[in-house]
Amino acid sequence: MQSFPNAGGGAIIEAMAARIVENKAYLSEIDGKIGDGDHGVNMAKGFGMAAERIHGREVSLSEAMALLGDVLMGEIGGSMGPLYGMTFTEFSEAIEGRERIDAALFSVMLHKGLEGVQSIGSAQVGDKTLLDTFVPAVEAFDAATNGGQSFAEALDALVKAADAGRDSTIDLVAKIGRASRLGERSRGVLDAGATSCAMILGSLADGAKSRLA
Amino acid sequence: MQRFINDPDNVVDDTVRGFVKAHRDLVRLSETNRRVVVSTHAPREGRVGVVTGGGSGHEPAFIGYTGKGLVDAVAVGELFSSPTAKSFHDAIKHANGGAGVVCLYGNYAGDNMNVKMAQKLASKDGIEVAVVVANDDVCSAPSAEREKRRGVAGEIFMWKIGGAKAAEGASLEEVRATAQRAIDNCRSIGVGLGPCTLPAVGHPNFQIEPGTMEVGIGHHGEPGIRVEPLKTAAEVARDMATIVLDDHDLAAGTDVAVLVSGLGATPLNELYILNDTIEDEIAARAFRSTAPMSATTSPRWRWSARL
Repeated sequence: MQSFPNAGGGAIIEAMAARIVENKAYLSEIDGKIGDGDHGVNMAKGFGMAAERIHGREVSLSEAMALLGDVLMGEIGGSMGPLYGMTFTEFSEAIEGRERIDAALFSVMLHKGLEGVQSIGSAQVGDKTLLDTFVPAVEAFDAATNGGQSFAEALDALVKAADAGRDSTIDLVAKIGRASRLGERSRGVLDAGATSCAMILGSLADGAKSRLA
Repeated sequence: MQRFINDPDNVVDDTVRGFVKAHRDLVRLSETNRRVVVSTHAPREGRVGVVTGGGSGHEPAFIGYTGKGLVDAVAVGELFSSPTAKSFHDAIKHANGGAGVVCLYGNYAGDNMNVKMAQKLASKDGIEVAVVVANDDVCSAPSAEREKRRGVAGEIFMWKIGGAKAAEGASLEEVRATAQRAIDNCRSIGVGLGPCTLPAVGHPNFQIEPGTMEVGIGHHGEPGIRVEPLKTAAEVARDMATIVLDDHDLAAGTDVAVLVSGLGATPLNELYILNDTIEDEIAARAFRSTAPMSATTSPRWRWSARL
């Protein structure tokens, strides 16, 4: 049964943060079309700050996620602070103290993060938010493992569904958040939160897959 | 657009430090959180604490309302961004005089989430927190969906009246109910003549073409109900008064308090020019306007109205 170690997993979060920081301008550009245009700025600030605190240290995945969750909740604010802060805090709690993470535990972790987000926000799938990426991704992961596929294959399914979910936001009308005031005018562009969520889940999946044994 | 700023990433912290220095007799910075501004009179033992918070970039809101009989502690957010749950929580702790705390803030997705989380954190500390969510902006949702409307300038009445009720020694529920009634009695509207720019982003995210105005625009540039050619101040004032008063459904002879706010950007004389017609409109509809107020860039102004 495939699994990957919790120890040293801080590197996964560092790589995730690097991807977010790299995409700072792009995320702000998308956000600018239907929002304030600061999504990339805020995400880069929070993820960058967390990466600095991890850098050069031997940090487990659960520890790095807890640290990232704290930074986002405590330093960033807005909507992304609480939503992603909650996500990573819950992810961390799910795997804390566990030496290795297999597909079953990975699923528990994903669900805990998703439920955390749904407990504080009030969005549904179809409202043009990060949930349009997150929910299908988790469902696809579970469908793959329940269908007898390997951990690695399930991670591929997760990424594919996350990307498709992100792309589905193009045709949606925003129902919550700053963009919701635009009504029909919000159709035709990606949602920034859904886009960053696809990047986050993508990095998480890449990191896990490359460490599977 | 040229500005007097230092590093664009530090606009909020620089603003707050300068503000606290300018008004050191009335306010101080929290020792534990540089994004919480506290009244020098807080906490008031045995009194309900009053907290607010929200994004920066439209001063005097929110820091300018810290003071005796007003707001005890303010959570400060990044430009146009909700403060963290931690900042709301810290503000609640600073305002806590042992009789509960009321959090009076505006209806925005981020603020709703962060206040909800702060309430949970505060309740673990044994502090009971009641909330009132301002929703006075007429153009952001139809009358039948008032709970979806944004909180804008009417929050000032909510803070003033809620703060006064708390200063009288009222209970937590009485302060909450009074502040709720205050905001329920407010209707607001914004008109924009130019787009806003976040310094860190560097360019506006939308346009208001020269010669046009956006009616019903939000504080952060949220779209309004229509874009049309710019009219005279009298015509704009008439439109604004009509939209607001039509939504209100008031009986003739009602006392109406007027607040004209420029959010720190509109020149003061223009606010007075608009007020000239607004007052006439109120009188023409057989309402009685109480002494009007103009919320200027200075966080302290004289309260001459009978509220």
